[in-house]
Amino acid sequence: MNETVLELTKIVKRFPSLTANDNVDFDLKKGEVHALLGENGAGKSTLMNIVYGIYKADSGDVKINGKKVEISSPRKAIEYGIGMIQQHFSLVPSFDVTQNVALGLKDLGIIPDLSKVKKQIIEISKKYKISVDPDAKIWQISAGEQQRVEIIKLLYVKSQIMILDEPTAILTPQEAEGLFETIREMTKNGASVIFISHKLKEVLEISDRITVLRHGKVIGSVKTSETDENELAKMMVGREVVIKIEKPPSKASGEILKVDDLHVMNDKGLEAVKGVSFDVRSGEVLGIAGVEGNGQKELSEALYGMRNYRGTVTVEGIRVKPGNVMDRIKHHVAYIPQDRKADALCGGLPIYQNLFIKAFSSPSMRFNPYFFVPERLRSPSLKFIKDYSISASSVDLEAKFLSGGNMQKVVLAREIGNNSPKLIIAVHPTRGLDVGAEEFVYNVLMDQKARGAAILLIAGDLFEIFNLSDRVAVLYEGQIIGYSQPDESHLEEIGLMMAGVKK
Amino acid sequence: MNQDIITSTLSGALRSGTPLLFATLGEILAERSGVLNLGLEGMMLMGAFTGFSVSYITGNLWLAVMAAILVGGLMASLHAFMSITLRVNQVVSGLALVFLGEGLSGFWGHGFVGMQAESFNNIKIPFLGDIPYVGTIVFDRDILVYIGYIAVPVIWWFLYKTTAGMNLRAVGESPDAADARGINVVLTRYIYTIIGGFFSGLAGAYISLAYTPMWVQDMTAGRGWIAVALVIFAIWDPVIALIGAYAFGGISVLQFSFQIIQVPIPVNIMNMFPYLFTIFVMLFASSNKIKKRFGAPSALGIPYSREEKT
Repeated sequence: MNETVLELTKIVKRFPSLTANDNVDFDLKKGEVHALLGENGAGKSTLMNIVYGIYKADSGDVKINGKKVEISSPRKAIEYGIGMIQQHFSLVPSFDVTQNVALGLKDLGIIPDLSKVKKQIIEISKKYKISVDPDAKIWQISAGEQQRVEIIKLLYVKSQIMILDEPTAILTPQEAEGLFETIREMTKNGASVIFISHKLKEVLEISDRITVLRHGKVIGSVKTSETDENELAKMMVGREVVIKIEKPPSKASGEILKVDDLHVMNDKGLEAVKGVSFDVRSGEVLGIAGVEGNGQKELSEALYGMRNYRGTVTVEGIRVKPGNVMDRIKHHVAYIPQDRKADALCGGLPIYQNLFIKAFSSPSMRFNPYFFVPERLRSPSLKFIKDYSISASSVDLEAKFLSGGNMQKVVLAREIGNNSPKLIIAVHPTRGLDVGAEEFVYNVLMDQKARGAAILLIAGDLFEIFNLSDRVAVLYEGQIIGYSQPDESHLEEIGLMMAGVKK
Repeated sequence: MNQDIITSTLSGALRSGTPLLFATLGEILAERSGVLNLGLEGMMLMGAFTGFSVSYITGNLWLAVMAAILVGGLMASLHAFMSITLRVNQVVSGLALVFLGEGLSGFWGHGFVGMQAESFNNIKIPFLGDIPYVGTIVFDRDILVYIGYIAVPVIWWFLYKTTAGMNLRAVGESPDAADARGINVVLTRYIYTIIGGFFSGLAGAYISLAYTPMWVQDMTAGRGWIAVALVIFAIWDPVIALIGAYAFGGISVLQFSFQIIQVPIPVNIMNMFPYLFTIFVMLFASSNKIKKRFGAPSALGIPYSREEKT
């Protein structure tokens, strides 16, 4: 247990806009699970991408088994017995499981003997109790199953150092438990695991040691047995934070959004939402939980008119047209999309134009369509900057230069500040935000709820759903598999539903 | 009489389809690696010019073919450098290649117009060539047509059965995944883009050394563009490419047969057939839905950068 297999000293990595790793030290001992904890953007993934040879460090040393090494590419990393499961899986969707495992193996020869590979996959899956179908095509299997394929890939080449980057993000609580079992089994067999996460609970459950990163710097390294959630949280964010927001009691009244038998196709032309019906009332938050990729994206885009659908969607009793965003804007529907850079903001336009980009066609603000006077927008946008505490040097700053939190504030100001929305569709509204911005988003949404807006919250983080919603619906394979209460006592029930088990 | 017309139409389809086949096969390999090379027309023209001029000067046919292949590869390596290393827009770089090929071959080829050079003759394959009809159509052709027959199953086997083929497909489908498995994405793309150029050079050589053994400016007459369309028509599969190439070859020789049996369609309209069909294929295939459903390489046309941070 004392042998050090990996040692990083004084790693520095700079990107044009930020220093992702600032003199980071890290070490990994044989047979241990060492968690790398930190908020989004703390530099965890960057550090591990350096170990795996995807990024090149600007300075610093990497030692494996006490020997200094130069890891210039993933191929080198694999040679040194390092394996990594990235947040975005490194799988070829059109290949089957066996081909994915075989890809890049060195002893394949000219004509790969895939049946041999397949036999070994079956052996590994038996030994470690990981269930996979070696003949299934990747695009056909669930995210949890894809992750198991990634694990098999590591086990196949007998990786000694395994890096798991946010592995539980796409798993149901039960699947995560299964992953932890596998990790324990792997360390028992002598492998060492680096477990990257921003979730305190799971880090405390699985790791032996924890190193906390904040803004690219190591804040501290502790033994898991000698720490607790509070201490870790403090290290992570630099102050005592327990986000426990005031949830105003639900005084749901009139029905605002009614969805009836909605069918939506995904980009591949396959049905992603299969006959969903629900309603959201004024002053109510309906949380939609579910593992990502179960139709959330398609559902939200269809509701906002960015994607065609079959079925009916009514806002305040009036049927809105499929695939027509303007119709939604007229009916005071606000939309906070999951990808704010791609879908919410126009990065090359200044903040003040982004703030009013939807108002150009709104009847409430009359603009001369032939003559654009920026001055008319600059002064009202100053008010938004103040009300939403957007920190920007000027309203003329291009939106792409804003931090994630400030981008989201611009989105909120535009969607909510401009007009009082009757319905808010919020998709992963706090993803990638720091704690302060997260709190801000929560408060804005709760204010809107108190004001009487109907809110549809689609989120991956169950605690976000618990914190904000009044009812929880679970989306599984494009269908609402059941409803539950936003309460930790229902965690297991919701987890089971996320895995497709009906109540 | 009618039988003769059918035989000559079908054998014409094979001859006219062979350069399309070569160019399409090469482009399939390049696109499978994720590099879109629209410069086929330019590479073919340079291949045709090089083949003809080397044959004219040296009188050595095989040397001429080799030179044409090399020049095709050379032009493709220019595209590879632009689109893989410099990561410029692949459409723009490909178009530049077309103009470069047209310009250079026209300029250097000026003195070769109207000259005579060595060209490929038909070789009748024993026994097989004696089969009635089929023998004359399929097995009494020049050697490059035979190379086309062989290239298709070889490339199919390579793509789907070998390790290198698997790596190639992985690079075009998800370069990140391939890279993470230690496959050199940049090198792979270079190799297959250049191999694609070899095939285009060969296609050009076929036109000036076998199909119409002479040099005429812009003699490829848009065949490079037809091949670009054929790749999509073939869903990046060499076997379907063979069917498509010969079918297109057939359409383009159909006009001669139609004239003989006096079909009352103006020649100008008939000349348009292959190009109309190309537009039709492109229209059909350019819809995103179809691309996604029928396995276009997912990373096609997208430069790969390991350290991209967005």
